[in-house]
Amino acid sequence: MSDPAYNFAYLDEQTKRMIRRAILKGIAIPGYQVPFASREMPMPYGWGTGGVQVSAACLVPEDTMKVIDQGADDTTNAVSIRKFFENTAGVATTEKTREATVIQTRHRIPEEPLTEDQILVYQVPIPEPLRFLEPRETETRKMHALEEYGLMHVKLYEDIAQHGNIATAYAYPVQVEGRYVMDPSPIPKFDNPKLEMAAIQLFGAGREQRIYAIPPYSKVVSLDFEDYPFEASKADHPCDLCGAEHTYLDEVIIDDAGGRMFVCSDTDYCGERQADGHRGRLSPKLEAAQ
Amino acid sequence: MYVAVKGGERAIDNAHDWLAEERRGPTDVPELSVDQIKSQMTLAVNRVMAEGSLYDPDLAALAIKQARGDLIEAIFLIRAYRTTLPRLGHSRPVETDKMACDRRISATFKDAPGGQVLGPTFDYTHRLLDFKLAADGETPEAATADPLQGDMPRITEFLNRDGLIQTEEPSDETPRDMTREPMEYPAGRPLRLQALTRGDEGFVLGMAYSTQRGYGRNHPFVGELRIGKVAVEMDIPELGFAVDIGEITVTECETVNQFHGSKTEPPQFTRGYGLVFGQTERKAISMALVDRALRWEELGEDNLGAPAQDEEFVLSHADNIQATGFLEHIKLPHYVDFQSELELVRKIRSEAQASTLKEAAE
Repeated sequence: MSDPAYNFAYLDEQTKRMIRRAILKGIAIPGYQVPFASREMPMPYGWGTGGVQVSAACLVPEDTMKVIDQGADDTTNAVSIRKFFENTAGVATTEKTREATVIQTRHRIPEEPLTEDQILVYQVPIPEPLRFLEPRETETRKMHALEEYGLMHVKLYEDIAQHGNIATAYAYPVQVEGRYVMDPSPIPKFDNPKLEMAAIQLFGAGREQRIYAIPPYSKVVSLDFEDYPFEASKADHPCDLCGAEHTYLDEVIIDDAGGRMFVCSDTDYCGERQADGHRGRLSPKLEAAQ
Repeated sequence: MYVAVKGGERAIDNAHDWLAEERRGPTDVPELSVDQIKSQMTLAVNRVMAEGSLYDPDLAALAIKQARGDLIEAIFLIRAYRTTLPRLGHSRPVETDKMACDRRISATFKDAPGGQVLGPTFDYTHRLLDFKLAADGETPEAATADPLQGDMPRITEFLNRDGLIQTEEPSDETPRDMTREPMEYPAGRPLRLQALTRGDEGFVLGMAYSTQRGYGRNHPFVGELRIGKVAVEMDIPELGFAVDIGEITVTECETVNQFHGSKTEPPQFTRGYGLVFGQTERKAISMALVDRALRWEELGEDNLGAPAQDEEFVLSHADNIQATGFLEHIKLPHYVDFQSELELVRKIRSEAQASTLKEAAE
């Protein structure tokens, strides 16, 4: 049940309208960071306030919402945000990627390919891909305006010169539709190829007051060099519960001797595969599953 | 064997219940009332109102109670509440000339019309723990005097009359509102003052202190510090005139700063300005110093590269709700990012080891 003391999905309609305008502008200029008058939310800045505001502006009562953090539906902050929308919007929630119409995520893209009927909302801590090269907003806005991305290429080049590899494993910068360099939020670079998808992708950074977007089927290129092509990497193991070899894995320490297991970070995807009879190295024996 | 970590929801509920119990403390000790906090922890209430940007002592006291005395947490509660309130209109600018002062001092003149009024200040107390307070809180009655009549003249106006201090040009331009528009740089003085008055007391104090120690030094004197009640008036369109809708206590500080003149300005004194809800004089003085430091450009001073001169640096880090949220978010799970870093470090290490082995073999 939704709490009648607050408007549907918490934000008042004026604020939602302001956010929807920013979203539309973001979709019109793929990868461009649109400033918006972010509101104080009842959860702390840095805990998904941008994503929550974008979701609140997108939600309609018929929606079914899924919230994940690190790919999992049951991580504490995902639980907390899901509860927030259950209380303030009264929308149906689900853990099934396929059943959701709005998915709010932190740090992952679901393994299941998304469809044109879905919206994926990312929580973004630092929206500016150039921030750690240039701390000033006044400068980075100029650099984007002038499409001056040389500094980023120099940084990637220096990585290769120093380490033999591009030393960025997550929040790996991309260029959208050949124009804006964009931070895909701290998703592992394994997820970068999935940024070209059928669903609308919206990125909300509350504290930094920015919204940006990738429209469906947009071209999204991870920055690289011809001789050092981008590589979407993951732990070199199959999932120990469902046997998947194509999913992003979490490494879990399972005993005092430092023994490890690898499991899908996308808990819904892994659960479905197990339900379909897929088994991994450490799966419970079959009789337990029957 | 690995058991998927389920039950986040129950863990959260249990944590909240425990938190509520801890907040209450031992039940054989009487519970604090919101009224007690409001009337006996007034300076905490003032800080929560100032940085929460909402003048409401009852709500601030409630927030302090709910936050177990964690003032930043209380400020957060107030901010999250205020953002849901409808915006009914704007008041007129408050007239601090007409302030009913509890305290009014000037460091630049021995005496001045209106006099030096110390008011309820810690300034000349000896900081000795008063063990009597631990036993009972009874206090002798303080002496009283008749309130001063008429407006309280402004010290800096005496300097202004002689042209010795830079004149502030009035403007009818509607200032931008940082709670309704995204911050943009350069922000300009009205936005800077908005950000500073709700900024974290500790941060603004630290910035101000840095200017005193030489990072953007601007030689401040407290021209005047006044604390008291001012009326809040609002134009009511249906009535066609302004009516008093209440009064608030504010602290106002004007600093007088040395200025050697620039290409465009003759040598004269300049001002820094601080205005903060409640009796919050440390904050108001700090604000005035930082305001003055940030004015280097309009006064044609040199940019010394001092942190307190850097508008973008000061304004983007002054808000304690933004700061604490982002700082504390690193408690959230980051195992997906960490996993990708693990793999990268392992890869780089194995490549480095392989090449060392190869070199050794050659």
